Amino acid sequence: MNLLVNGEQTSLANVATVSDLISALDIEGNVAVEINREIVSRSAFENHHLADGDKIEIVTAIGGG
Amino acid sequence: MNSSVSSVLPVAEQPGEDTLTVAGKAYTSRLLVGTGKYRDLEETGRAIEASGAEIVTVAIRRTNIGQAKDEPNLLDYVSPDKYTILPNTAGCFDADSALRTCRLARELLGGHDLVKLEVLGDKKTLFPDIPETLKAAEILVREDFKVMVYTNDDPIMALRFEEMGCIAVMPLAAPIGSGLGIRNPYNIRTIVENAGVPILVDAGVGTASDAAIAMELGCDGVLMNTAIAEAKNPVLMASAMKKAIEAGREAYLAGRMPRRAYASASSPIDGTFFS
Repeated sequence: MNLLVNGEQTSLANVATVSDLISALDIEGNVAVEINREIVSRSAFENHHLADGDKIEIVTAIGGG
Repeated sequence: MNSSVSSVLPVAEQPGEDTLTVAGKAYTSRLLVGTGKYRDLEETGRAIEASGAEIVTVAIRRTNIGQAKDEPNLLDYVSPDKYTILPNTAGCFDADSALRTCRLARELLGGHDLVKLEVLGDKKTLFPDIPETLKAAEILVREDFKVMVYTNDDPIMALRFEEMGCIAVMPLAAPIGSGLGIRNPYNIRTIVENAGVPILVDAGVGTASDAAIAMELGCDGVLMNTAIAEAKNPVLMASAMKKAIEAGREAYLAGRMPRRAYASASSPIDGTFFS
């Protein structure tokens, strides 16, 4: 599946849901996810199925003023 | 006589009772701090501790994909259990990106709806883009966010943001990160006089006296980042800012003496033995 993840073209096999994507990218800790400009809540990670060409943003909190 | 002093003070002026209320929660500290520009997260944590701040701003950014799993996380050093986390929309130059940032922040922080809205006009000044800020604020208020809005030192705009439902208005003292201090104290005072919501100076403070002046003008609080983070000794500056905010607040409550053009002797003129 071809996805645009945080602005990077990414090709991943065996990834169906948001949870799969997060494991495949080895992301740990607290993140929030937006797919095609819509928020996907954490409780929906398991069940939200990805589609080819999805534009995905995965964000976290960092230092800022 | 001293023992009776505390009993004659109004409740708000009793030590420990003078709190800042933001979105229904009372805070003892009137200093809000950012978490950017520090050498490392350990220094961030120590400076924030020294500042006594209870509300701490963070930015929302893309995760580093492929970064080391054990890389420290900001929220490990600035725990949401201890601090009220105030996500900002720094870096947003239009309403749409600010809205997306706030929605992601609310999701990230488990439904926490307090946000600092800033929509910037250009990179040189980082002055707010007011039409875009208004557009974003209106939608965020409708979506039940508690909006603390960064704006310029314009008393009319401050009122507009209050009227549309922002829970705090945060005029700049000077451009973000400039350290120039309060450039327009008369406007800040007018904003404070008109306001029915907390007014916090956000941006432009350079050193402790600037923070004290903001508080002496009657501001409810001050939000700063660079003044602490870029000090040679950030932890010591954080402590200085804490004291400056407290001193400025007490001076405001105490009510300063009038300014006079000429001297007024402190010792009695009468009763000298050498006349």
